[in-house]
Amino acid sequence: MNKTRLEELGKNELDRQKQFTHRIFGCSSTACVSAGARSTLEILHLAVKASCCTEDEVEVVNTGCMGLCSRGPLVRIETAGEEPVLYGDVTPEIALKIVARHLPVDAADADKDCKELGEEEAAELFEIREELIKSVGVEDLDEHVISLDIPFFTRQEKVVLSNTGYTDPEKLEDYLAHGGYQALIKVLEEYTPEQVCKEILDSGLRGRGGAGFPTGLKWDLTRKQQAEHKYVIVNGDEGDPGAYMDRTVMEDDPHRVLEGMIIAAYAVGADHGYLYIRGEYPVAVDRINQAIRDARRRKILGRSVLGTDFSFTAEVRIGAGAFVCGEETALMHSVEGKRGAPRMRPPYPAESGIFGYPTNINNVETMANIPSIILRGADWFAAIGTEKSKGTKVFALAGQLRQTGLIEVPMGITLRDIVFEIGDGIPGGKAFKAAQTGGPSGGCIPEQFLDEPVDYENLKRLGSIMGSGGLVIIDETTRMPEFARFFMDFCVDESCGKCVPCRIGTVQIRNLLDKIIHGNGTLEDLEKLDKLCPIVQKSSLCGLGQSAPNPVISTLKYFRHEYEELIQVPETEET
Amino acid sequence: MTADKSKSSNGSTLYKPIDLTMKRYRYNPTALLEVLNSAQQALGFLSEEVLQYVSESMNVPLSRVYGVATFYHMFTFKPKGEHNCVICTGTACHVKGTDHIVKAVSETFGINDGETTPEGKLSFNTARCLGSCGLAPVVVIDGEVSAKQTPESVVNKIKKIACSGEMKGCEEDE
Repeated sequence: MNKTRLEELGKNELDRQKQFTHRIFGCSSTACVSAGARSTLEILHLAVKASCCTEDEVEVVNTGCMGLCSRGPLVRIETAGEEPVLYGDVTPEIALKIVARHLPVDAADADKDCKELGEEEAAELFEIREELIKSVGVEDLDEHVISLDIPFFTRQEKVVLSNTGYTDPEKLEDYLAHGGYQALIKVLEEYTPEQVCKEILDSGLRGRGGAGFPTGLKWDLTRKQQAEHKYVIVNGDEGDPGAYMDRTVMEDDPHRVLEGMIIAAYAVGADHGYLYIRGEYPVAVDRINQAIRDARRRKILGRSVLGTDFSFTAEVRIGAGAFVCGEETALMHSVEGKRGAPRMRPPYPAESGIFGYPTNINNVETMANIPSIILRGADWFAAIGTEKSKGTKVFALAGQLRQTGLIEVPMGITLRDIVFEIGDGIPGGKAFKAAQTGGPSGGCIPEQFLDEPVDYENLKRLGSIMGSGGLVIIDETTRMPEFARFFMDFCVDESCGKCVPCRIGTVQIRNLLDKIIHGNGTLEDLEKLDKLCPIVQKSSLCGLGQSAPNPVISTLKYFRHEYEELIQVPETEET
Repeated sequence: MTADKSKSSNGSTLYKPIDLTMKRYRYNPTALLEVLNSAQQALGFLSEEVLQYVSESMNVPLSRVYGVATFYHMFTFKPKGEHNCVICTGTACHVKGTDHIVKAVSETFGINDGETTPEGKLSFNTARCLGSCGLAPVVVIDGEVSAKQTPESVVNKIKKIACSGEMKGCEEDE
């Protein structure tokens, strides 16, 4: 079995990493790249070369998301025997100062020759060295140091994101060094498919795409089907505006997604799988493709996985920008090369999915939870969270907050903790108004419910949904009717047009909102909204239409006065 | 017929990436999206000819090729301008005032979402979410992502790279 070979690779990589006195991690995730991380990373690599350190002393790692996106580009330095230091807003100039502070840059060594390099590069390095030497001792970095003891970090609990920010996502060995594919080995050696399903069911893991269906149950349904072929799909069509959890996991820990997928395939008896990734995420597509290639080379994918008689192949399918394709039946149509319109269920994908074969579909984050559950046990996972919602949830925390970024918190944490502890509150002395979860399918949660624990049931009770993990905080400056129309605009655009309630209902709701916002609304229009929204909810074919009115319903419920203020006062009241 | 012409004349090298993709998927109709994607990457947009070419090569009715292509937002049927500006209108960007950026760009340069200026210098699109919500509002100009933008910063950036004499919005700079 190739298992020992994998373990050896992981161990070698770990030994290699341990020999460095300094390891510099530069976040190369999309958010930091938009903040200029590329030039920061470039200068870091050069500066290390220009310092007096040899190549086996220092390593610069281009790593994944470190979470605190609003302070990007982020750089973390780990020095043997010292506490790691995290820096924010690291421009190229600051990067040089960081190197000057942490690495032994010696002025006496200024003429260290650069013979092996080309002339141009040598000149550039020499310049950088001069800069470094100038910076030694005078670097003023206090405002760039981010304490790792702030609630943003201490209140989080990392399972899905445990590797992001610590490993090189393009390196299989780095994943192996952090315990990667151990869960797959364990499953193949010790578990029957039925036992895997049971373990996942016992853990209480529920679908992280938003609906919260028990994952173990879903797997078991597919497992029980008798068929010539079965399929597994990873749903990476993250379409909610304001959400980027799945992209981060795919980009920054692609092997974790793949490992979860292979375990799922073993459990349900699938022989082929698709990773359906949003076309707007080219980096995720590249990284997952690379992970598939590397896994294939190491016999983690393909015929007889790790020497067992289980075979599984996987490929990427690129979505082309249709929100409705996040719905599982629509997604399957898209994988088949058709228009991504949903269809009636039943039959459920577990019975008749891609090309009519039993198919198991899970969201990226769901899959990424699997390796940890297998390795640490269902009981460990079930101990995190609330009675009905187990484990952690990754949220993309955005909007009017001091600290925004990607967070992973235990289920059951209160919104207040997320907003005021992790997010550090609202900037500019403004007041908190609402937390919007679940994107265009979710609702707005007002201040009086800030102390409610975040879990599937509670959010639903409050008129929102867990959703895939978008969490946008809005302050008093946002007007709710306009916010609701923003989401309706989205749903009007994204409605696939197959069923009438969604196609026509969303347009009518939007028109009513428009009328009210432009000051032409009447109280009768409000009543119409009250009636129309539940009709669209109840009669639409798929999740898109069924949840499209949620933003309107929840704002009508909690912020009705804002709608009423926009409505012209009837003549009788004027006198 | 028109498809055959484009195949033999200008298509011979331009269509090569499309042929490669079709071959890789063995002309399997389930790979239609992949093929259209590579066509758009190769040509910048999906012309009538290329849709017909794909339809004939893969043996999929043109109606279905057209139906699939028009269903997905990522496919465009008009050539893009020389420079491209994408403004994120996701929730986080919306909350942070992206509407003002959209308005400023379309008023200054006289084009709406999805349009290209008459002389073909600038295309402007909005995107649903670019997933950089921590740095909202986000704008992508010619593939370069910029964080925490304002209407002025975006308009100035575009002026710097795209302005030419006859383009609307460039007059006051002359």
